Amino acid sequence: MALIEIKRLTYTYPGATQPSISDVSLTVNKGEFVLITGPSGCGKTTLCRTFNGLIPQFYQGELKGEIRVADLDAAKHPTYEMAKHVGLVFQNPENQLFALSVEKDVAFGLENLGNSREEMRKRVDWALELTGITDLRERSPHEMSGGQQQRVAIAAVLAMQPEIIVLDEPTSFLDPLSAQKIFDVIHSLNKNLGITVILVEHRLDLTAKYADHIIIMDQGKVRFDGDTRAVLSNEETRLIGVGIPKATLLFEMLQREGANLPETTPLSSEELAKMFKEALNR
Amino acid sequence: MLIIENLHFSYSSNIEALKGVSLTVKDGEFVAIMGQNGAGKTTLVKHFNGLLKPTSGRVLVDGVETTKTSVAALARTVGFVFQNPDHQLFSETVEEEIAFALKNFGYASDVIEKRVEWGVNLLGIAQYRKTSPFMLSGGERKRVALASVLAWDPKMLVLDEPTIGQDHQQKENLRQFIMQLQSQGKTVVIVTHDVEFVAECNPRVVLMREGQIAADGEGKEILTNKKVLEESSIVLPQIAQVFSQLNDPDLPKDVIDIYEAKKLLLKKLGVVTE
Repeated sequence: MALIEIKRLTYTYPGATQPSISDVSLTVNKGEFVLITGPSGCGKTTLCRTFNGLIPQFYQGELKGEIRVADLDAAKHPTYEMAKHVGLVFQNPENQLFALSVEKDVAFGLENLGNSREEMRKRVDWALELTGITDLRERSPHEMSGGQQQRVAIAAVLAMQPEIIVLDEPTSFLDPLSAQKIFDVIHSLNKNLGITVILVEHRLDLTAKYADHIIIMDQGKVRFDGDTRAVLSNEETRLIGVGIPKATLLFEMLQREGANLPETTPLSSEELAKMFKEALNR
Repeated sequence: MLIIENLHFSYSSNIEALKGVSLTVKDGEFVAIMGQNGAGKTTLVKHFNGLLKPTSGRVLVDGVETTKTSVAALARTVGFVFQNPDHQLFSETVEEEIAFALKNFGYASDVIEKRVEWGVNLLGIAQYRKTSPFMLSGGERKRVALASVLAWDPKMLVLDEPTIGQDHQQKENLRQFIMQLQSQGKTVVIVTHDVEFVAECNPRVVLMREGQIAADGEGKEILTNKKVLEESSIVLPQIAQVFSQLNDPDLPKDVIDIYEAKKLLLKKLGVVTE
């Protein structure tokens, strides 16, 4: 079932001479884990802002085309209503956090949705636990490191349990092991709770293995859209500045030299190591 | 040369962020400081240009103790680019931003003009000269911050998380750019979590943990030591992961370079290449 359906969407920020996204059409189905990538300035963040109506309702500017999210017209339906369906985690957590304690920040969205006190407490505890920040609940978000702030921002969105979570480079300030843990949490929410995930990332080494659908943008347009393995094995993606996982590149280099490996493109070191062991045992 | 002797630093009386760090960075070296969130990496490098002063211990930049000089004087030697460009940018246009420090250092206006021109071209932001830095994307703002520091040509450059928000091509540009600075004899210190970027550059790696140095050595040696890395909340680079998972007695474990990996694996498979 299509949860997000975009047809021929073009958007120009107020005062800009050129559109930031142009003629974008795409579909995201319920339960998918979608990775959006592409060079900086390609329109990824702009596209994310259309999912919950921030564009055009907050940013103004000129929007053409159609966008339906959870069967609502995202461009017109009030953003506070859209927020029940779509949770957005921004690139820079400082732009998102404002309360005096972590707990209050995480509870804020729930208060606005009119949840009961008991329900709020349960959900806040759950979200803090999942993101590993239970011990920070009384701390002020503004005194924390960038990595800790990112966890708070993620927890605040998770607590609202939206149908769709949109994360714009959500772990850029986190160390690799913490980032991996957050991606694992997001992946399990996707698999176990069926939450649709849209993740914007440059670091495909860390994230390609989670995604069943990848969208590569360049200069405001969607250039590739499809199954992650199929798209990443397409040589043409190399022409756009996309960081293909090293395991995928190594696999291609080995094949090119005549190594007898399976046809499936690996997306992680685990997959490549497994293929290699099987090739040795043949 | 930068010499740090038994550096201790506390932000407040009860939290000690640095617990006795000793480190020497020679002129022309390329060092990556890695470690988990809160390990003290940024606190350490803020001592390099005197933004922070030791609670005890000493920091010497070219023989001068940072407590005995000003940040403004140190800044000419040690250029610092912050993690979050928004903490650094304030001017109304990109070119004013880049010219700001140059004006303060008293350069002539024709020199300033040349340096600004050089900076915007080098970092691919020439089209934004008259634009407000705040209208730009995160990655672009980062490059404005970098251009504004490079413009005064410091001998040592400290980059705090330079690859955050940068795409693949920009990271490659940054890598080549650091190599170019290296060939000019400049000292480059980066603070980063980006294992893949460090694996590609293969600099000296200083690993920090809880305010102390946990390991210090060649990139290839530290980035393939799984135990030491995981204790610092860092994962192996993907190529090293492959070799770690293969766990083959005939194959080495200390591989981070994709071309070396290719050669070793083809040999193991018995594929003959010219």
